[in-house]
Parts: sequence; C-alpha cells; structure tokens
Amino acid sequence: MTTLPEPVVGQKKLGLVIDLDTCVGCHACAVSCKEWNASGHSGPLSDFQSRSDGVWFNRIHTFEAGDGEASRTVHFPRSCLHCEEPACVTVCPTGASYKRSEDGIVLVNADTCIGCKLCSWACPYGAREFDEGDGVMKKCTLCVDKIYNDNLPEADRVPACVSTCPAHARHFGDLGDPNSDVSRLVADRDGYELMPELGYKPVNRYLPPRPRKNGSSCGSHEQISLVDLAAKKTAPETKGTAFLRWADRILSR
Amino acid sequence: MHPALSVIIFTTTSGAGYGLLVWYGSISAFSEAAGGRVVALVVLPLALLLITAGLLSSTFHLGRPERAWRAFSQWRTSWLSREGVCSFITYVPAGLLTLTWLVSPAPGRIAVVLGLLTVCASLVTIYCTAMIYASLKTVHQWCNPYVAPNYLALGLYTGALLLAAALHLLGRGSTSVDFVALVAGIAALAGKVSYWRYIRNTQHPSSPESATGLGGIGRVRLFEAPHTEENYLMREMGFSIARKHAEKLRKLSVLSLFVVPLVLILIALLTGGVAAAIIAMVAVLSAAVGILVERWLFFAEARHVVTLFYGARVA
Repeated sequence: MTTLPEPVVGQKKLGLVIDLDTCVGCHACAVSCKEWNASGHSGPLSDFQSRSDGVWFNRIHTFEAGDGEASRTVHFPRSCLHCEEPACVTVCPTGASYKRSEDGIVLVNADTCIGCKLCSWACPYGAREFDEGDGVMKKCTLCVDKIYNDNLPEADRVPACVSTCPAHARHFGDLGDPNSDVSRLVADRDGYELMPELGYKPVNRYLPPRPRKNGSSCGSHEQISLVDLAAKKTAPETKGTAFLRWADRILSR
Repeated sequence: MHPALSVIIFTTTSGAGYGLLVWYGSISAFSEAAGGRVVALVVLPLALLLITAGLLSSTFHLGRPERAWRAFSQWRTSWLSREGVCSFITYVPAGLLTLTWLVSPAPGRIAVVLGLLTVCASLVTIYCTAMIYASLKTVHQWCNPYVAPNYLALGLYTGALLLAAALHLLGRGSTSVDFVALVAGIAALAGKVSYWRYIRNTQHPSSPESATGLGGIGRVRLFEAPHTEENYLMREMGFSIARKHAEKLRKLSVLSLFVVPLVLILIALLTGGVAAAIIAMVAVLSAAVGILVERWLFFAEARHVVTLFYGARVA
C-alpha cells in the first residue's frame, strides 16, 4: 500500500550515517553492495551488458567545494536515504513501493512493480534505478536480507556497504532512537540531511568534513593557529614551539 | 527529462480525445439538436478511439505492461493511479452515450444526463494526467500552477479543433463550434506563453550546495562522476536540450499548434462548404504536429534535481 504508515513517537528509523570526512572514495561500498544485492532480495541486478546500464544502489561522486585555499575535495557516496515521507512511495500506482512500518525501510516489491519509472522521477536523490533485465525498479534495501539474517554472526548483521567500508565512514543504526550510537554521532558531528527544503525528511545523515587542522575551517573565518603565533615569537625551533605544535594538533582534532 | 514517445503520444492523443468528449458532451447536454445521430456516431467513436490509442501507447512506457491493471489500486495517493481509474470511469458515460445513439435516433433526456457525466469525467481525467507531472516537486518546470491549466486548455483546444473539423467534414459546419475552437486556442496559447515565461524567470530552490550539504564550505561543483558510462539516471533524468534549439522548437510549436490552425479555422468559418472541410482538416494536421512538438518540449525542457549531483548548476 502506497499510503505511508502513521508516524509513531519513538518509531524505529533504520538508516545510515555517512562520514564525508573519512570517506576515501574507494567505491568498495558500491561494489560490496552490488555483490550482496545481485544475489539477494533484489537480485539479479542487470549489468553493463548489451544495451543495459547496470543497476547500482550506491554511486560515489566527488565534489569540490569552496575556492582557493579554503576549498575542499569531498568524496560523496549517494544512496537511498529511506525518507520518512518518501514521494517515491506515494506516487507508485500499484502499491509495489512501500515503507515498512516496523523499521522505516523503503522497498520495492519486484513481483508487482510495473516499471512505470514514476518513482525515479519523484526521488530527488536518484535512489531508484530501472532494471532493464527485469523491467522493474530496483533500489537500496538497506540489506534487509542481511541485517535480520539469523544465520549470520551478529557483527555481520549490518548493510554490506557498512561492513566493507575500509575507512569506517559508514555507520548503521536506529536514527529514531536519540540514544543510539548513530544518533549520538550525528549530534556530535552536526550531521545533516540532504535537500531538506524538499520536505521528504530523509533518515540518513551526512557528517560534514572536519575543519582543516591548520585551522582554516570550512571556508568560514580564518583562525590564527598556535603554530603561526609561536613562529612569529620565536623563529628558531625550541621545545616550546614543539609543544605548541603538538597542542595545536591535538586541539584541532 | 527524457521525452519518451509513448508518453508524448499518450498525453496528446488522450488529451485531444477527452477534449472532444467535453465539447460533444456539452453539445449533447445543452443543445437540443446535438448535431443528430450521424455526428454522434462519428464524434463519439473518434474520441474513444483517440483515448484508447493514447492509453495503449502509455503501456509501452512500462517495463512490465502485462501488470498494468495493478495501476488502478493506489488512487488514494498516486495521481498516475487516479488517472488510470478516471480514464476507465469515463468509458462508462461516454460508452453509454454512444450506445444510446446507436439504438435510438433521438435519445432525448438520457443524452443530457450522459453528456453531463461525460463532460465531468473527461475534465477530471485531463486534470489527473496533468497532476502526474505537476505533483513532482523534483521537477521545477512541471511542479507549478501553470501545468494543469495548460493540459486542460490544450486538451480542450485540440478537442474543439477535432470537433470543428468533423462537423465541417459531415457538412454540418457550426459557426459556434468554430468560434469555441478559436477562443480555446487563444486561451491555450496565452497559457503556454505564461508557462514559458515562468520557467524562464524561475528555477528550482535546490542547488548543488543544498543537494550535497557542502554549501557551508563554498560553491560546490562536480569533481569526478561516479562512473565513466552513462547510467539510467543520466539518460532518464539528465536529458537536456540546448536553449537555442528549444527556442526554435517553441516557435515551431506556436506556429503549427496555434497560428496556422487558428487562421485556417477562421477562414473555414467564413467560407463554409467543401472548402471549409478541407481547410479544417489541414488545421487539424498542423495542430497534430504542433502538439507533439509542444509535448516533446514539455519533457525536454524539464530539468530534474538529481542532475545537481551530476554537475548541473541549476535545476
């Protein structure tokens, strides 16, 4: 049913927290995701064969932000954000798209999808792709067939993209619980949602790149670093400057 | 947005078919004569044929057309589903109206009731078709208050042209129907021009900065795409047309959809007879080319916000 589940206080909202500070843009999440899902709930996924494009649930972009000295180059993994108010679900004419009431995961029933592609038009995040092979829409399942899989050791019951990330840039958990690890991480690091102006209330959060260690943070105000101060006072390297340099490093973390 | 031929044909032919039903239904309800049996049995089947052809064409856009019947179920939330439901509901009064004319040379009051029901159902269906697009907040060129009036005006205008031409062909040319076509055409042209002005002067509120959330650092631009090949998103959502080409096509659509048919209908109105029938047919052919170009542009000029992740500055 494409009518969204009634919002409940304390509702479980499973989702991802993606750390743009530590992501190295290696595409391991995309590949691992493809491996799991090509044989899982949504499998098989069409690939770069003949005329089809290949379906991927993760796409890793790299952006430059800011100019000159203050600019940053940021790897940016993009996948389904499992919105609280997903337009992709409500536009679906068949009920194949749905949002699970128990954990908020947005899924497609490949057995009833007619492949009209309207959900992909409604999603601003490009989370849905058309599978030429099956004639239906496919999307990130948050590895629903992995995270609840009793046959796996408990430590492995996280989405494939999370378990494979070599930089620990991806975190999985309940963003509806303010005391969960992921919620605390979001609070500590000022995690944000993408395109909040559209009002789809994405569950996934992105953690911004940390300010530069030399103090020129996110292109805002120039901070005078302790090293620069020390250098001005005493030109030759002394124990004092070494300490200040160390303190600067620690404090800028 | 990728201009899929199946969807262009669907929205234009079914739009004209429903427009034709609206005008014929009005005649049937409000005018005693209603053009008689011959007109009814030409116009009603023509409208139903156009609608059916359009709906069939829309199934070519589906990856799984054999499951199309499932689209009738989610009318509570989905405009596409509502469109499907309304299009089928419209068959009932329109089909019954055709049937009554088949069995009776003068159906009388029943034609009035069925005519009114046909008018309402047809208008609602055109509105639902428009709302499939106008409800998508991801596409600024669709999600605006001009789209639904545009769809209604163009459906009514192309329907009126068809009715005028059909009446001239049957030797029952009607000054008032010609006049309705002229007024509908001018209204539709005004609507389209306002729409073009709106999409030229406004843009989507989202930006690469809000899409990535990196705006706090500064201006955001794509440094490296996720892949070297094109993907589904880029082909479906990233289709774009150069502004100078769009300008040319807009001129072509204004000329062939509005200027030529309106002038021809005016001439047909003044001449009458066999000449009027031929002139009205040419008007319909010209408008057919024009509406296809107009609808192609409606898709080609629409920019989806997902392109902001792929290097677009604005959507």
